Amino acid sequence: MHEAIVAQNIVDTAVAQAPKKGGKVTRVVISCGQINALNDEAIKFGFEMASAGTICQGAKLKIKHIPLKAVCKNCHKKFDFDLYNPKCSKCGKSDFSLGDDAPLLLEEIEFEEQQ
Amino acid sequence: MKIKVNKKILERNEDFAESNRKFFKKKNIFCINMISSPGSGKTTILEKTAKALKNKINIAVIEGDLYTEFDADRIRKTGLPAVQIETKGACHLSAQQITKALHQLDTDKLDIVVIENVGNLVCPSDFDLGETARAVVLSTAEGDDKCAKYPKAFAQADVLLINKIDLVKHLDFNISRVKRDAKKLNKDLKIFEISAKTAKGMQGWFNWLINAKR
Repeated sequence: MHEAIVAQNIVDTAVAQAPKKGGKVTRVVISCGQINALNDEAIKFGFEMASAGTICQGAKLKIKHIPLKAVCKNCHKKFDFDLYNPKCSKCGKSDFSLGDDAPLLLEEIEFEEQQ
Repeated sequence: MKIKVNKKILERNEDFAESNRKFFKKKNIFCINMISSPGSGKTTILEKTAKALKNKINIAVIEGDLYTEFDADRIRKTGLPAVQIETKGACHLSAQQITKALHQLDTDKLDIVVIENVGNLVCPSDFDLGETARAVVLSTAEGDDKCAKYPKAFAQADVLLINKIDLVKHLDFNISRVKRDAKKLNKDLKIFEISAKTAKGMQGWFNWLINAKR
């Protein structure tokens, strides 16, 4: 259940980054790597809890999953790693090297304009 | 209105991790973060490592558990200094907790700090502690399908200890499957088959640790 801590950090970062003169935050977009051990439902639930009473309360949370890149050692094709079928998408060989999993990133926030 | 932020969400943890990393570098300390399920044998591996190496190099251990001081007590009985972190429910150690624990150790003469993370093959993988290397322990009784099920723990490790190898004869555990799956996720992973209980294969791990420190 480290999603609770991640959710708290999302709210803290969004609050810190939101412009002082901006209104309520309506949407928060985050991205994470494919094999990040994070569950979408748990993060959304945590975000709802952590954002209560802040300018993020009621904001929609969008979670983007960034594919893990692999490079085939046989045909040098760069492809998206599929955990359920770990093979090169071009030649079908399973001899490849994996890149780094994308970090947990707060990409953007949307907020209401103050009247 | 929309603004681009592109900020790391766990930046606060990463700031502490970075300062721990600098601290280890300055003091010339090799720090290893051990991750595994509960009951894989991390503490027993450390007890045996302590007994074998304590007259050769200076090691200290930081223990992470939800509750109790059991593991730190076991390590202290071997003669090594140990600090226990009780997370009181948190499923992983954070870099800030390591910073605090380091203040409780006399780090001047240390060669190696081992962090025994909370027993959990999932959450600790997402938290950088500033360690120099990461070890993942998988015991044979857990089954041979864990690399694919918990990929991050294996993808980010430097060394894999397959422990309780003495039990294989009683189990349907395919060592080659584990090695194949782990190498698919992490081609540079160093793998040792060990039994902390019988000492089988432990020398390879001791040598790796001493060489890694150099």
